[in-house]
Amino acid sequence: MDMTQQAAPAVGTPPAPGAKQTDGRTARRPLALRLLARPEVGVFLGAVAVFVFFFAAAPSVRQGSSMATIFYQSSTIGIMALPVALLMIGGEFDLSAGVAVITSALTAAMLSYQLTLNVWAGVIVALIVSLGIGAFNGWLLVKTGLPSFLVTLGTFLILQGVNLAVTKLVTGNVATDDISNMDGFDQAKKIFASSFDVGGVQVKITVVWWLVFAAIATWVLLRTKYGNWIFAVGGNKESARAVGVPVTFTKISLFMLVGFGAWFVGMHQLFSFNTVQSGEGVGQELIYIAAAVIGGCLLTGGSGSAIGPVFGAFMFGMVNQGIVYAGWNPDWFKAFLGVMLLGAVLINLWVQRTATRR
Amino acid sequence: MDRSSRSRRFAPVVAVAAAAALTLAGCSSSSGGKKSEEGGGAASAGKATTPRMTVALVTHQAPGDTFWDIVRKGAEAAAAKDNIKLVYSADPNAGNQANLVQNAVDQKVDGIAVTLAKPDALKSVVGKAESAGIPVVGLNSGLSDWKKLGLMEFFGQDETVAGEAFGDKLNEVGAKKAVCVIQEQGNVGLTQRCDGVKKTFKGTTETLYVNGTDMSSVKSTITAKLQQDKAIDYVVTLGAPFALTAVQSASDAGSKAKIATFDLNKDLTGAIQKGTIQFAVDQQPYLQGYLAIDSLWLYKNNGNYSGGGVQPVLTGPAFVDKTNVDKVAQFAAKGTR
Repeated sequence: MDMTQQAAPAVGTPPAPGAKQTDGRTARRPLALRLLARPEVGVFLGAVAVFVFFFAAAPSVRQGSSMATIFYQSSTIGIMALPVALLMIGGEFDLSAGVAVITSALTAAMLSYQLTLNVWAGVIVALIVSLGIGAFNGWLLVKTGLPSFLVTLGTFLILQGVNLAVTKLVTGNVATDDISNMDGFDQAKKIFASSFDVGGVQVKITVVWWLVFAAIATWVLLRTKYGNWIFAVGGNKESARAVGVPVTFTKISLFMLVGFGAWFVGMHQLFSFNTVQSGEGVGQELIYIAAAVIGGCLLTGGSGSAIGPVFGAFMFGMVNQGIVYAGWNPDWFKAFLGVMLLGAVLINLWVQRTATRR
Repeated sequence: MDRSSRSRRFAPVVAVAAAAALTLAGCSSSSGGKKSEEGGGAASAGKATTPRMTVALVTHQAPGDTFWDIVRKGAEAAAAKDNIKLVYSADPNAGNQANLVQNAVDQKVDGIAVTLAKPDALKSVVGKAESAGIPVVGLNSGLSDWKKLGLMEFFGQDETVAGEAFGDKLNEVGAKKAVCVIQEQGNVGLTQRCDGVKKTFKGTTETLYVNGTDMSSVKSTITAKLQQDKAIDYVVTLGAPFALTAVQSASDAGSKAKIATFDLNKDLTGAIQKGTIQFAVDQQPYLQGYLAIDSLWLYKNNGNYSGGGVQPVLTGPAFVDKTNVDKVAQFAAKGTR
C-alpha cells in the first residue's frame, strides 16, 4: 500500500517530458537521454534514493500514516517552493517569502479578531496584503533595476519588524488572539487545514492543494504564452523585451504569485494552529529556495520546471522526518539533514552531467 | 503594462475600501473576537515619588517571543511604579548584546539589569559598568555565573532544578517514556531542562529537535516521533506554543501520549482547564522582570540586597495544573503570566 502511495507522484513525471518532445529541440536524441536531461529527473532519482534508503533503514516509514506525515511536511514546503521556483526560472528570487507567510497569517488573525469580523474578511484582506507585498517587491525591482537580493532583503527586514511591532501594538502581546471560536473559522479550516481519510490513513488537505498547484504550474509553464515569457525573462531580459515579451508584467506577476503562495501557507498556519507567533518564519525562505534549487531550478534563471520542486520539497520532508523515524541520535539532526541533501543534489548533478555529456 | 500600473496605483485604495465594505456588509462574527473580550485594568498599587531614575534592561530575546514579552511587561510595571525610566533593548547575538550593555554604560544609567545567556561574552562589559559605579543585577539566565561576574543580585529559575522537579512530577503521574522536545538546537537553558528531566525521571527520556520557527514542521516532526515510538506516553515541550501544537501531533499520530510543558501563555491555561494539557512549569517571567527592576530601585533608595547579595532569588519552578489553573488563567489572559 505504501508503494502505491509513493508511486503516485512518480507516475506524474513522464507526461511532463513527453509534452516537451513536441518542441523539436530534443527530437533526435534517444528517449532515455532526453528524459535524463530534464531538470527534474535528477531530483526524482535523488528523491527515490532517499525514499528507498529510509524505507529500508526505518521500519516506521513503511506505515501509511507515516507517509501521510512526510507528505504533509513536504506539502507545506512544496506549496511555497512552487511559486518560488517559477520566480527563479524568471531570473529573480525572494528572501521575504518566509516572513511574508507570517505577515499574511497575522493580518488575517488580527483583522478578524480586532474588528470582530467573520474570519473570511480577514482571509480576503490578507490575500490583498500578500499580493500587494509581491507587487511592491516586483515594482521596486523593475523601477530601480536593483538586484532582487537587495530588494527582497529589504522587504524581509521590513516585514520582520512590522510583524512584531504591529502585533505588539494591536494585541499588546507578540502572538495573536485565538480566533477558533469565530464565525467562518470551521469553513475556512475545511479549505486550508482539514484532513481526509484514505484507506484508514488521515491525509492533510495541503497535500492535495500542493499537487493541484503543481499540475497547474506545470501546465502554465509548458503550455501557455505566460510560461514562455517566464523562461524568456529568466534567460535574457533584453532579448526577451526585444521580441515583445512584457518583462515588467512578467516579473511583477511572478512576485505576486509568491505573495499568493505566502497567503495560502499563511492561512494554513492560521487555521491549523488558531494563533500566530509574530517571530516565526525567519529562515524558511532558504528552505523554499533550497527545495526549488534541489528541484533543478538554476539560481541564474531561465531553466527549471514545476515538477522538480515537488520532488525537492518531498526530498526535504522525507529526510527531515526520515531521520526521526530512523531514531538516529538527534544531536546530529542538522548534520544528517545537510549530508543527505548534499548527497541527493550530487546524484542530481551526476545524472544531469551524464545525460548531457553523451 | 499600462493596465497593471494603474491597478497598482489603486491597490491600496481598493484594499481600504474592501475592508470598509466588509465591515459595513455585516461580515462581523457573532462569536469570539475583540468584542467578547472583557476589559480588565492592569494591577496598580500607587506610584513612588522618589527622584526619577533611568534603568536599562538588556536581554538576549529573539524577536517575537511571547516569553520575553512577559518579562518586559513585568519590568515595565515595576518601572511605572518606581518612577523609573526603563530603557529596553535585546539581541540574541552575544556580541551585540554586549554592545547594548556598553551603550547603557555610555548613557550613564542608574542601573542595569542583564541576562547572562553567554556569560563570557558579557564579562568585560559588565566589569566596565561596575567600575563606572553602575549597579548591575542579573535575571533569567546565568545562575551559575552571576557571582563570578560580580553582579549584585540574581532573579531566575535554575533550569536544571526546574527540569528535576518536572521529572519528579512525571514519576508522580506514572509516566513511563517521555520525549523532550527542543525547539532551538544548541540553546543551553533548554538542554539543561531536558537534562534535569532525565536525571530524576525514572522512566526513559528521549530528546527530539524541531524547527521552532516553522510550526507546521514542529507538528509533523512530533507526529513522526510518536508514530515511530508507540511507547512514548508523555511529550515534554519547552515552550507553550509547542505544547499546543504537540496536542495536535498526538491526535494526528493516533497516540495516547499526554502533553506537559515548561512556560505558560493564555491559550495554554485554557488547554489545562480543558484537560488537553496536563500541567506546566512556570518560571514566572513577569516576576523576573519586575524584581530585577524593583531591586535596583530598592538598592538606590534603601540600600537593600535581594537574596542578601549571596543567594539567587528563585522565581520558579511553579507548577500550574488543574488544581490552580483557574487562578492563573485570569492573569495569563492579560499576558502577564
